[in-house]
Amino acid sequence: MSTPTPGPQVPPGGSPGAPGSSGAPAPSSTTSPDAPGRAAAWLSDARQSTWLVLVLAVLSAFVLGGLLIAVTDQATRDASGYFFARPQDALSAGWTAATDAYGAMLRGAVFDPQARSTTAAFRPITETLVVASPLIAAGLAVALAFRAGLFNIGAQGQLIVGAMLAGLVGFRLDLPLVVHLPLAVLAGVVGGALWGGIVGLLRARTGAHEVIVTIMLNYVAVYLLAYALTTPGFQREGSSNPISPPVADSAAFPLLLGPSFRLHLGFLLVLVAAALVWWLLERSTVGFSWRAVGANPAAARTAGMSVSWAFVGVMLASGALAGLAGAVQLLGTERSLSGGIAGQIGFDAITVALLGRSKPLGVVLAGLLFGALRAGGVLMQASTSTPIDIVLVVQSVIVLLIAAPPLVRTVFRLQPRRRAAATTTRSAAA
Amino acid sequence: MTTPTTAPVPASGGPAGAPAAGDGPAAPADRLSPRTAITYAVLTALALVLFALNAPDGSSRFRLSGGNDAVQLPELPLPGAAFGWLVVLVCLGVTLWVERERRAGRRAGVWAPAVFAAAWLAGFLVWVVAGQTISLVGLLAGGLVLSVPIVLGALGGVVSERAGVVNIAIEGQLLAGAFGAAVVASATGSAYAGLVAAPLAGAAVGLLLALFAIRYVVNQIIVGVVLNVLVIGLTNYLFTTLLSGNPSLNSPPGLLPVAVPLLSDIPLLGPVLFNQSIIVYITYALVAVVHVALFRTRWGLRVRAVGEHPKAADTVGIDVNRTRFINVVLSGALAGLGGAMLTLGVGLAFGEEMSAGKGYIALAAMIFGRYTPIGALVAALLFGVATNLQDILASIATPVPSQFLLMAPYLATVFAVAGLVGRVRAPAADGEPYVKQ
Repeated sequence: MSTPTPGPQVPPGGSPGAPGSSGAPAPSSTTSPDAPGRAAAWLSDARQSTWLVLVLAVLSAFVLGGLLIAVTDQATRDASGYFFARPQDALSAGWTAATDAYGAMLRGAVFDPQARSTTAAFRPITETLVVASPLIAAGLAVALAFRAGLFNIGAQGQLIVGAMLAGLVGFRLDLPLVVHLPLAVLAGVVGGALWGGIVGLLRARTGAHEVIVTIMLNYVAVYLLAYALTTPGFQREGSSNPISPPVADSAAFPLLLGPSFRLHLGFLLVLVAAALVWWLLERSTVGFSWRAVGANPAAARTAGMSVSWAFVGVMLASGALAGLAGAVQLLGTERSLSGGIAGQIGFDAITVALLGRSKPLGVVLAGLLFGALRAGGVLMQASTSTPIDIVLVVQSVIVLLIAAPPLVRTVFRLQPRRRAAATTTRSAAA
Repeated sequence: MTTPTTAPVPASGGPAGAPAAGDGPAAPADRLSPRTAITYAVLTALALVLFALNAPDGSSRFRLSGGNDAVQLPELPLPGAAFGWLVVLVCLGVTLWVERERRAGRRAGVWAPAVFAAAWLAGFLVWVVAGQTISLVGLLAGGLVLSVPIVLGALGGVVSERAGVVNIAIEGQLLAGAFGAAVVASATGSAYAGLVAAPLAGAAVGLLLALFAIRYVVNQIIVGVVLNVLVIGLTNYLFTTLLSGNPSLNSPPGLLPVAVPLLSDIPLLGPVLFNQSIIVYITYALVAVVHVALFRTRWGLRVRAVGEHPKAADTVGIDVNRTRFINVVLSGALAGLGGAMLTLGVGLAFGEEMSAGKGYIALAAMIFGRYTPIGALVAALLFGVATNLQDILASIATPVPSQFLLMAPYLATVFAVAGLVGRVRAPAADGEPYVKQ
């Protein structure tokens, strides 16, 4: 990495509140070697969405979700049979269904006053943190790549490979805690970094588009894990099910609040990672050159930065964070490796990074919100008839709306704040 | 999806059927990359080690006709070791020829990769069956059924990406199509009503993609990824709340196979190609229609112009964003029809996330087929047959773990986009929004 002597075109991006200083729209439609500029252009668009737009987007998504809950509710549908005779029946049934579902979600995510004991009443908020931990780590992975102009759709695969290696160290070695846990986490980080590094290397050497490669490597990782779980190295002794033995106690994250809560040290580790990513992006030389490459690859190249090495470095770091998510999920929450270890985390991470506007603090907050949705969704599904899949709907609507600030402004009749936003609207209308 | 091209070359015209010869990156002809020849050499070495040196004992036997076929063919026994060596010889010959042509500064013809791939795959099949018996008709016919959603998804991808819009939402469009087809067919009791509903459901997802990606200029990849999540969430939610407690909404009548008179009596090919559900015949027609439309009509020329150089297209009076909008919606309709195959075509009820990544395989098939309808068809058939082979092999002992066969399409695509098996060039403006200055 050469010294980053910023050329005049290199924007000092990243300072909050001064987003579009580059003002660079997507590179003109004829150039393609500098395709990453697109992601950066999108990011600067997304940053134009004000906090108001953000809040409205989240609220609208919940309202839409509530409508969906209301109209699919059995009582509402029964009452709507005579809607024109007594509309208030259907409306009140729908209102009850939606508020019940969201009430249960809130109880499952924050605090449950109906619980039998004080411990149980406080458990939901810790569960939110448990679920949020890997989401934040994987969200950081996606966000870091975004900032350098790369779409890492492959957090899922990197997470799986990270969890595989972390597990291998965790349940095959026998070491004291001080060595074993760090070693297992390191293995996870290395696994993720390798899987991500392949993508960066292919991108840098052959120009293979990272979106395609990461999507394909996600599936390769899924089948690799499925295969590994049939081999003696990974499979639990004496079991024919595709599940590994539990990780040794010395490799598991210690619980923070005693045995009645699942909250573990991994959560703090993830917060440290977020701080590190902030430092890396905003304060370090390497991070500066990565952001410069993301903002304008041509200018970065002119300024003497190696775009190829930036791609490799970014994907290594991004994969490492996703691998950390895998290690946190395995060593802290799941304890045994199975085919479903990654769940939806790698895909949720994309929405987390988008909602968090690819900034470390934003990612932490977005991860907490989506962690709360997930944790609350479990109680909601158990205590009302609303399936947890509503969380996916709310999540994706939030991201669609924050990605299109003009849409939110149109719906709520807000004035466009910036010239760029106005241009977008005009050109789209043209 | 832009691989680095030096300049916006005009659309790679011509119906390039099979993947074309290993053309390196846009390099001058006298400096052809040795990458393709090296890949051939590695694959030949692999063939030598696996198919020849580790050949199964005895012969692998292939049944060429089913019990009810008009013309009964005898079983085809292929001796493992001898066939393995034959394959190695053919592969070696092609490799040497490609290298000779490269040294002479020429590119080998289209036949080279076609012959190589055919020989290698035949060798692989004989090796993997390992001296046992499988039904070749069953393998191919089942593979065709599995590949139809992939073909239609990839065809949708071609229509959209040729116009310059990346369609990652194929997965969601397949799923929406499967859902719409199952629900409408069950509610109306008519499979044909479902067949109409499926493309409409897919087109609805395409409309959302077009709305956000073109009207609001949101990044196409992001919209695609998020739409997939949205459709999974919606269909799962509706499945649990509406369908699971109400079986009458999710028991669609199937579209059972219809034998085409005469054609279905052709030995081997007849039962494979012409004794299928009507969706399969529609697929044949659509592939042909889209191929001709894209490369032989004024509409196709305009679409490709919009995908390669929107500014130029705009200058000559083509409405770029309108063309893109229509193509994206059309793309969704094609993929949605593919979804109908998952439910109606095989007579299954809708199940949660039943598209199971087929949309992403379709994306892979589209790239592997070099953004052409016929190429996508060939790639999708290959992927479908590979999946079916894995299902068939699950019941007999074979030297390859099933997970690696399932992995193969994805790995092949990584190799393809990395240029190890010939360079794939995406439309120059693929993924670039067009904002009129």
